[in-house]
Amino acid sequence: MIGNLIGVLFDGVAYGSLLFIISIGLSVTMGLMNFVNLAHGAFAMLGGYVCVVLMTRLGVPFLASLPVAFAAAALAGAVLERTLYRRLYRATHLDQVLFSIGLVFMSMAGATYVFGSQQQPVQLPELLRGQVHVLGLDLGSYRLFLIAVVIAVTLALHWLIERTRFGASIRASVDNQQASAGLGINVFRVFSLTFALGSGLAGLGGGLGIDVLGLDPTFPLKYMVYFLLVVAVGGAGTIKGPLIAAILLGVFDVAGKYYVPQIGSFIIYFVMVIMLLVFPRGLVGRRA
Amino acid sequence: MRRKDASVPTGALPTARWRPLEIAFWLVPIAAYFLFPRYLTLASQIFIAGLFALSLDLILGYARIISLGHAAFFGIGAYTAGLLAKHGWGEPISGLAAAAATAAAVGLLTSFLVVRGQDLTRLMVTLGIGLMLYEAANQASSITGGVDGLSGVQMNKLFGLFAFGLNGKTAYWYCLGILFIVFCFARTLVRSPFGLSLRGIREGERRMPAIGVSVQRKLIAIYTVGAAIAGIAGALLAQTTQFVGIDSLGFPRSAELMIMLVIGGTGYLYGALVGAATFMLLQDYLSNLSAVYWQFWLGLLLVLLVLFARGGLIGGTLGLRRRLMGKRV
Repeated sequence: MIGNLIGVLFDGVAYGSLLFIISIGLSVTMGLMNFVNLAHGAFAMLGGYVCVVLMTRLGVPFLASLPVAFAAAALAGAVLERTLYRRLYRATHLDQVLFSIGLVFMSMAGATYVFGSQQQPVQLPELLRGQVHVLGLDLGSYRLFLIAVVIAVTLALHWLIERTRFGASIRASVDNQQASAGLGINVFRVFSLTFALGSGLAGLGGGLGIDVLGLDPTFPLKYMVYFLLVVAVGGAGTIKGPLIAAILLGVFDVAGKYYVPQIGSFIIYFVMVIMLLVFPRGLVGRRA
Repeated sequence: MRRKDASVPTGALPTARWRPLEIAFWLVPIAAYFLFPRYLTLASQIFIAGLFALSLDLILGYARIISLGHAAFFGIGAYTAGLLAKHGWGEPISGLAAAAATAAAVGLLTSFLVVRGQDLTRLMVTLGIGLMLYEAANQASSITGGVDGLSGVQMNKLFGLFAFGLNGKTAYWYCLGILFIVFCFARTLVRSPFGLSLRGIREGERRMPAIGVSVQRKLIAIYTVGAAIAGIAGALLAQTTQFVGIDSLGFPRSAELMIMLVIGGTGYLYGALVGAATFMLLQDYLSNLSAVYWQFWLGLLLVLLVLFARGGLIGGTLGLRRRLMGKRV
């Protein structure tokens, strides 16, 4: 029973880590530019398909395909930000919602056209398959790997944001855009770079997630709520908030589906509505 | 007389008189009945979608509440009317009333959650409520039929005279009639002092309390009205197709609804009807070519609308007319 509980917790944390890595870019978009981007999942899907194509058509090993997924999604993010997103920073939230739903529909139709509507397979390397025994528990190696990647990414992000000059400009722009611009920070360039970085991380997460979340053209819509949830519950514009929210969400979702499958994802939506009402600014609200 | 007064901004203090253009607009469906007798079913679907879009226009166009879960009320109405008719209460008008009342009750209960918070919170809360209802309907399959949908809906004759036949004539006039009645109600509502204060909230939410308007109460009221109308639209669909699919509660329906409204233009009431008609006709034409392409064109249309044609068809036309008039003067 206890082993069971730990197993569920472990799976939940791994699942949450994955949600975190995909959603962190969205947190920046919403926090920095106050942009409601429902199309964030499309970048994750792009990363996933890049991985699949590299593995199945070109025979690239799984681990080597991940950096390419990151780069491709980051590039797509940079291009879209320059050409389309930038025009809508000052638009109303309604316009942003509609615009990004439009992008979601186009990406779904595009993916169906190119790859068909079936689930895509993933070939994990030998090393990451099966289970490892830790302290008498059977833990999935791939999930351990996921958690390790997310710890590494989080540390790297923390270093980037807290220790570098670029990170300082991000923090300044999030806190007060106008004052930062007045101090000579090119807020738009900062935002382009962070948008690309966030899209890239989503792409990386999409590649990592094929085995856990699956990959088919409905991906951006199916998980849209989860990504939004992580950011809305965690608090936009921070790293810590979405991290906590993503882990909580992962654990609740896995535990709910394991222990009370008859009500399934109901729990998540219920917890989300309650959380949003109790913490309208997110768990880790930014100082006003 | 008042319309000619230049000091009154357009639409601020409108008369209740029907303009010739509006009357012409309502003659179109009557003409369509005789001109396109083979498309009566599609036309009924357009009226239902129009009514549904109208309900969203009240809360989105007039009160600026962004809702991604408005299909919840549509679905509640559809299931209420469908379940009533399935279990022996097949009288259509009272079924509609029951659906409206149920949807309004749920709307009122959830409105307290929705009107708090800002755009993002509202968006997430409406989305969450919609998804919860979807899950609930999915799990309660012994009552709702789950994914297979609710079938076996048996309707009585309308007023005891007109049966809902396969030719769709009764359904056509029934939907058109209800749409017109509800539209008149909405038209009166937005031109009433209540409607004007909603507009005030839309334009400056922080200033309205200063002139003694309780913002919360007005938003709760309009949200409830919007929910009731969406419930009526759902009930119409259940009664005329004699079937309720679980997709009537789903997120894609809420998104499509928003698209219809934006195509037509928010905040004009007529935009909802024009948008619904345009959307349904496009969908009928394009999805016959290919379902995948339809989704792609829909997405592209949305992106283009947001980038280049804010205000939709009605807003664009009015802007064009204003520009032409301005040049002439």
